[in-house]
Amino acid sequence: MLIWLAVALLGALALATIALHRGEQINAMWLVVAAACSYALGYRFYSKFIAAKLLTLDALRATPAERLDNGRDFVPTNKWVVFGHHFAAIAGPGPLVGPVLAAQFGYLPGTLWILAGAVFGGCVQDFVVLLFSVRRDGKSLTEMARDEIGRLGGLVAYVAVISIIVILLAVCALVVVNALKASPWGTFTIAMTIPIALLMGVYLRTLRPGKVLETSALGFVLVMLAIWGGQWVSQTESVAHWFTFSGPALAILIIIYGFAASALPVWLLLAPRDYLSTFVKLGTITMLALGIVALRPTLHMPPLTRFIDGSGPVFAGNVFPFAFITIACGAISGFHALISSGTTPKLIRRETEARMVGYGAMLAESMVAIMAMIAACVLQPGIYFAINSPAGIVGQAPEAAAATISNWGFPITAAEMHALAQSVGEQTLYNRTGGAPAFAVGMAHIFSNSLGGQALMAIWYHFAIMFEALFILTVLDAGTRVGRFMVQDALGHIWKPLGRTSWYPSILATSALIVAAWGYFLWQGVKDPLGGINSLWPLFGIANQLLATVALCVATTIVIKMGKARYAAVTLGPLAWLVAVTFTASWHKIFDPNPRIGFLSHAAQLASGAGANARLIFNDRLDAVVTGTLIVMVTLILIESAVEWLRVLSGRKQARVKESPFVATRFAEEQG
Amino acid sequence: MKAIRLLAGQLKWCAQIFRAALREIFDESAYARFLSQRQLASSRAAYASFRREYEVTKARRPRCC
Repeated sequence: MLIWLAVALLGALALATIALHRGEQINAMWLVVAAACSYALGYRFYSKFIAAKLLTLDALRATPAERLDNGRDFVPTNKWVVFGHHFAAIAGPGPLVGPVLAAQFGYLPGTLWILAGAVFGGCVQDFVVLLFSVRRDGKSLTEMARDEIGRLGGLVAYVAVISIIVILLAVCALVVVNALKASPWGTFTIAMTIPIALLMGVYLRTLRPGKVLETSALGFVLVMLAIWGGQWVSQTESVAHWFTFSGPALAILIIIYGFAASALPVWLLLAPRDYLSTFVKLGTITMLALGIVALRPTLHMPPLTRFIDGSGPVFAGNVFPFAFITIACGAISGFHALISSGTTPKLIRRETEARMVGYGAMLAESMVAIMAMIAACVLQPGIYFAINSPAGIVGQAPEAAAATISNWGFPITAAEMHALAQSVGEQTLYNRTGGAPAFAVGMAHIFSNSLGGQALMAIWYHFAIMFEALFILTVLDAGTRVGRFMVQDALGHIWKPLGRTSWYPSILATSALIVAAWGYFLWQGVKDPLGGINSLWPLFGIANQLLATVALCVATTIVIKMGKARYAAVTLGPLAWLVAVTFTASWHKIFDPNPRIGFLSHAAQLASGAGANARLIFNDRLDAVVTGTLIVMVTLILIESAVEWLRVLSGRKQARVKESPFVATRFAEEQG
Repeated sequence: MKAIRLLAGQLKWCAQIFRAALREIFDESAYARFLSQRQLASSRAAYASFRREYEVTKARRPRCC
């Protein structure tokens, strides 16, 4: 117990240091220590409380992995292996990009939200949804919503999932476009990953069947060669222009790629790219953690910036609610509920292991978000804002942008930015919005200072760009395919052949439908003079957090039906917070009179100006309608859930959960 | 000496778990289970058949943002 008291004191000291220091720069290790102590305490005490009192995990109850073991979907698996599997599925580009964007408020708001959001929100959501799915034969979130809340709940969850997938894919594609535009080195490297993935697919299928680790290692070596070759490409003018694209050109290429990845056989492109991406992802996250600990860098960003008032150049909006929707995946992400009720519950060997997998893996993901925050905040703030501010805010010309940013109190010169761009092998680093380039510069700074010195800065920068783009494109192609299957499932109810996943006319039609949906938002973001990410990232954050609201509604309903209403605050607390955040953010995004925040006021401003652009006005109104529709749907599910809670609590309805019957486990003798 | 043996044992256990996790993430274990269930030897045809069977499961697996 004394050890835990020491951990609590150390954590309190670290949190006090990062929260109370003003006017002095602090070391990034304070963030690492605060996070490590918060996570350790959260896991040891809060998750244990949830496991014992709320969920009453039963070590004697057989899980679906054991009862329904078919050697394919349902397989009892070692808890550490499930942990790795689950973490690899939940860790995407979100925890890297979100904290980088939210760093415009300073390091403090984002860091506190990542820590508190994960311990009391995200980890709880992942843990309880996982356990509830385990007790229902691995049912999905939408099935549980339909069973426990009602048909409307199931329908809303389904529509919310489709919406979030479409917006997520558009945002991911936009981040890649912003990272690669006018960058022949980055574009060459990423373009090379397509033939490398195809080669891996053929190698895996014909030369070394089943040797995926070996094939991924080979792919990794080839990608490293592509990064090295990219330098030659960028320095050879006759070749460089083949790989230098504008934003719209890259958007078209990515749309074509998304369609191809959805329609091609999985083994040829999607599966090898997924393996390659996972290989690079796990390795790079480990390297970044080691780099931060080895370098122990100083944070140059202040704890709070002047932009907490909503006037930020990266995205507009006050610290509340926008910091809390900008950082989703590192704190709480509705998308995780899909994974916690997807593959993972079918692998859990014993109920008691759900705590480590559900709660623990989310803590690891939250640590990734802390590392991203550090990568953004080790940059000089002037550099950070020069990279992340759209041309519509700071101006096109380097001197004008440097002067605007310096006037905000973050001194930077055009010469410094030019030297930085040269050192990473880019023509310019101005207006590279989306978060990925700023994260890449921060990561390259950490890596080059830990290993290789300034001489390797360009290599590390492009390694980071490749890592993020590869990561994101994997989400893009896998997400397009998941979306395609969901559309096929729905259309199959209207006309059976459309639901057949191997019927090519249906494959092509539904792939085109889903690609057109996210492609439209991508195009809108690319054409937006304010940087696109300004509108789309909050929209994505709102959609993702609304899905978390749905997941927590389902969880709270089950908790009340279990007769555990006295512990309902465990899920009701984060639910109430998310409702406050998402509803406030949605109101601002639709109705705020500031045209930089509100879609409708921006449309009105455009309409009143000379040469009104009808397309941009339509886009704004469409975004407002999408946000409004999401809010209405979630309001419906909230009302339906609340009615259900009141019926059960008042005794008008018998509390009965739809769990699978108890079967004793044969693993009871094992230690757990 | 005993402490070193204990440490070596723990390191070996960690390495085994790490490898097992990688094999599960990368579907090598799934392929091994497929071969053992059908009592097949690894071959192009067996792997193609495995991929066909797993294609839908794999493609429907969500990847988070």
